[in-house]
Amino acid sequence: MANTKNIKQKANSTPDRKLDFNGDWSYAPSLEGTEHIKIEKRYGLFIDGKFSAPKSGKYFATINPATEAKLSEVADASAADVDLAVKAASRAYEKSWSKLRAAERGKYLYRIARMIQERAREFAVIETMDGGKPIRESRDIDVPLAANHFFYYAGWADKLEYAFPGKKPAPIGVAGQIIPWNFPLLMAAWKIAPALATGNTVVLKPAETTPLTALKLAELIRDCDLPPGVVNIVTGAGTTGAAIVQHPSIHKIAFTGSTDVGKLIQKSIAGSDKKLTLELGGKAANIIFEDAPLDQAVEGIVNGIFFNQGHVCCAGSRLFVQEAVIETVVAKLKDRMESLIVGNPLDKNTDIGAINSASQLKTIQQYIQIGKKEGAEFYQSSCTIPAKGFFCKPTLFLNVSQSHRIAQEEIFGPVLAIQSFRTIEEVIEKANNIPYGLSAGVWTDKGSKIFNLTSRLRAGVVWANTYNKFDPSSPFGGYKESGFGREGGLHGLYPYVKF
Amino acid sequence: MQYLPPKSPSVDQVGAEEKVARICSRSIKKDSKMYALKMALNMIDLTTLEGKDTEAKVMQMCYKAMHLHDQAPNNLNLPTVAAVCVYPVFVATAKKTLNGSTVKVASVATAFPSGQSPIDVKIRDTQFAVESGADEVDMVISRGEMLRGNESYVFDEIAAIKEACGQARLKVILETGELNNLDMVRRAADIAMYAGADFIKTSTGKISPAATMPVVLTMLEAIRDFYRATGVMVGMKPAGGISNSKTALHYLIMVKETLGQAWLNNNWFRFGASSLANDLLMQIMKETSGLYQSADYFSKD
Amino acid sequence: MMMERIPVLKTYKLYIGGQFPRTESGRFYAVKTSAGKLLANACLASRKDFRNAVVAARTAFGSWCSRSPFNRSQILYRLAEMMESRKSQLTEELKSAGYTTAKAEKETDDAIDLVVHYSGWCDKYHQFMGTVNPVSSSHFNFSSPEAMGVMAVVAPEEAPLVGLLGSFIPAIAGGNTAVVLASEGKPLVSMTLAEIIHASDFPAGVINILTGQLSELHGWMASHMDVNALICFRNDATLTKKMAELASANVKRTFFHPASKAQEQTPYRLAETQEIKTTWHPIENIGGAKAGY
Repeated sequence: MANTKNIKQKANSTPDRKLDFNGDWSYAPSLEGTEHIKIEKRYGLFIDGKFSAPKSGKYFATINPATEAKLSEVADASAADVDLAVKAASRAYEKSWSKLRAAERGKYLYRIARMIQERAREFAVIETMDGGKPIRESRDIDVPLAANHFFYYAGWADKLEYAFPGKKPAPIGVAGQIIPWNFPLLMAAWKIAPALATGNTVVLKPAETTPLTALKLAELIRDCDLPPGVVNIVTGAGTTGAAIVQHPSIHKIAFTGSTDVGKLIQKSIAGSDKKLTLELGGKAANIIFEDAPLDQAVEGIVNGIFFNQGHVCCAGSRLFVQEAVIETVVAKLKDRMESLIVGNPLDKNTDIGAINSASQLKTIQQYIQIGKKEGAEFYQSSCTIPAKGFFCKPTLFLNVSQSHRIAQEEIFGPVLAIQSFRTIEEVIEKANNIPYGLSAGVWTDKGSKIFNLTSRLRAGVVWANTYNKFDPSSPFGGYKESGFGREGGLHGLYPYVKF
Repeated sequence: MQYLPPKSPSVDQVGAEEKVARICSRSIKKDSKMYALKMALNMIDLTTLEGKDTEAKVMQMCYKAMHLHDQAPNNLNLPTVAAVCVYPVFVATAKKTLNGSTVKVASVATAFPSGQSPIDVKIRDTQFAVESGADEVDMVISRGEMLRGNESYVFDEIAAIKEACGQARLKVILETGELNNLDMVRRAADIAMYAGADFIKTSTGKISPAATMPVVLTMLEAIRDFYRATGVMVGMKPAGGISNSKTALHYLIMVKETLGQAWLNNNWFRFGASSLANDLLMQIMKETSGLYQSADYFSKD
Repeated sequence: MMMERIPVLKTYKLYIGGQFPRTESGRFYAVKTSAGKLLANACLASRKDFRNAVVAARTAFGSWCSRSPFNRSQILYRLAEMMESRKSQLTEELKSAGYTTAKAEKETDDAIDLVVHYSGWCDKYHQFMGTVNPVSSSHFNFSSPEAMGVMAVVAPEEAPLVGLLGSFIPAIAGGNTAVVLASEGKPLVSMTLAEIIHASDFPAGVINILTGQLSELHGWMASHMDVNALICFRNDATLTKKMAELASANVKRTFFHPASKAQEQTPYRLAETQEIKTTWHPIENIGGAKAGY
């Protein structure tokens, strides 16, 4: 046949089927400007509507993980400082916030949402500088979602009785909120917005490596004329967090972070009247069937594990590929990894930025060593990484066993453990065979198979033919050791009310 | 029917659009922008496909193809376009006018644009274009047969036209605006390549929508998978509706990140466009002079 | 000579995995009337009995939670039917525990009605708790409740029938399985209830009932790594604090309620035994928003 002859003739001239993604045309640096960004040399604690020096007198530095340069220093709040913040929050709860009409509360939240939108670029740049995430993500994902979260919950403030049929929801009082370093502003929004919408006041502690956008948010909240004390932001490390958790006037704790710390918190408030929500670790299975839309699935794998350097509790860090397509999928994935740009997070073309801290980089590197020792096949893309700063190439481990530590433990970095599977039963069993249960991904063209999987995977969020999608109206949270309670949507109100 | 391509993977439209959005978020600046603008110019199939076309118009267009903007400083080293694309009756004129240049002549054929003629007419149409000197033939597939699932008809027709092309390179127009969805685009692309296409092309320019980014992405992915499976490179030509530089650069990014460097030249990638050239020229002059440009300073042929 | 008939006394055992074993420990404790008369010897369940019951509950969980809600509803209703037909037995059991006839009948009625109430919720709470979420991107997104898993339940000390049932029936209606520790002082009715449960259509292991002492079992109930949630209706501050601490070992969901709450008829009790799962899927949108309208 003519056609096959043609193809064969042409094939002979090009025996090498490798694709070359590094050629003459590369992208020139396209840096987001930082000139208009104002970062103070030093930040105090935001208590009772104003910044003040900590009673502790202590400060610590926050650095840019991409350059290791110091950006600012922030107060290290002691238990006495936390006490002041809680007192301010209690006062605000009693005197102003609980007296305010619900609709007016909502208007404050709308105001915050709008002002974040106005100052979006500033927030995005600072988020990227302080945390190391690519500007593309902070600009297109973190900051807009944070603004949208406030906007969404603003509208709930005067509609709470419709959310809980047959009940009269009331606020709890002062909420103590502790957030992680992977989505600093977005997590602040996830915590503060529903708490305020339901009539609570807040003492929030950002993570010690990423305090700046929360402090910028404090400035913004002050500029919104929110009654003093409704939102208090105290910076510090574990001891500051412990002071919040232990404070007797706090009746609600919301924590996002590691499972280990979550367990400690749960234990330490045992016997108290504190309500608790925990959003903890994960080790999500991302499952690709042979009939999946493969190119979109590969993109989903990339979004699943390399989004935000893999610093995502719901990262799709365990990839299961059906045997018939695993070679194809891995080849496509390796090709795709070649066009991922690792480097300066402020470059608009950067896909993978800096690892958040030296210690997190060390953890990731340790897991890479463990994976190699366990005998899994190791692969990294050919990209170069900057000499200074904390960076890690996108990494795959192939032929991973279910009992490997890299398949069981949360690495929180751009490291993917790949296993193959044959049958649906097998993959469901493997996917669920883990103490976590935060999220999962399923890729197949067959609807009935999707619903089989989505109903049997023990996870709080299941992405079918997509991955790592977030929306203020969509509840998020885990099963099992990934925590309890939901954030987002109607279900996200529940942790902040009592009946 | 055993020669039809193996099962094509499905395509999720929303995922393809997300990928496109991500490609469009790339930021091309400075040197890399200049490089890309010139590369895009050199990839254009300067096209006129109208009932009112005249020999004079074709000759003008051919001159423009060779002399894109003679007002530009010499050290800019502006390239020529890749080819001109005309109806078969104008091939001889174009060939004569372009004599001595590297600009190729492409001719549409096979009862362009609808393709609603019997196969022997289409073969004759192709032969006429090739005999008149066409270096390249842009054929249309039978969308009606594709839509009703008659894949072997589509396959056989392409294979027959390929044979009629002889040494001329064959571009197969899928007319994606008439196909149902990205799954069908992917399938038609696979059929075209397995039947012997040298290029696959999105559109005639006569149907809306013409080239869209998710469609082009899907076709580029098909080309990549075909190359992986057979070792054969196939070219890609989005056509219709590409009139500004920004869109052209996004397509080049898409090629770079899907197929890599080997496809980033006019042997393997073309833009079917008429007004794109001037927009690229305006951008190039803006980069050179630092001044925003006016269309009044760029000849329209 | 007139021979008086000697009544046959019942041996009260445990209810584990659809069977009535004696405690593996071989221990018992005497259950007496307020006047001090021996009513019966109840099994003093051990940590191993609890462990066995959790295994049974875990085994039963998969098929119980994947039964159709309508089917679960019918099974719960069947339990109410069985209780109604054995009402006098339940009432007698309560009377022997010291209840007046009126009070015993009232509690039995309440217990039956509670089961009927939650039977009706089985195929309705999804619509009460579920949402379709209007996300901004082109995705269909919905959240629905899913059973949490295996529940360790501490029934209240008082109201040994309606309190007992109310402590675990909402969880069962919600597709969970349970291991329940019955009232310590008035345990006997729990085993009569177990016999009725056994005679209704519940699959083995869905409901497991132990009699014994919270002071002995609380730690095992709170710390078991294969138990997903702990629901407790006793208000011993020292014990509950200890249980809450131990529950953190596997991020167990804990619910410490006042005893009275066990008798409430509310979907919010059922809701606490549910996880919310959110599912995303792309919506193809060929031709943009214009198409079709």
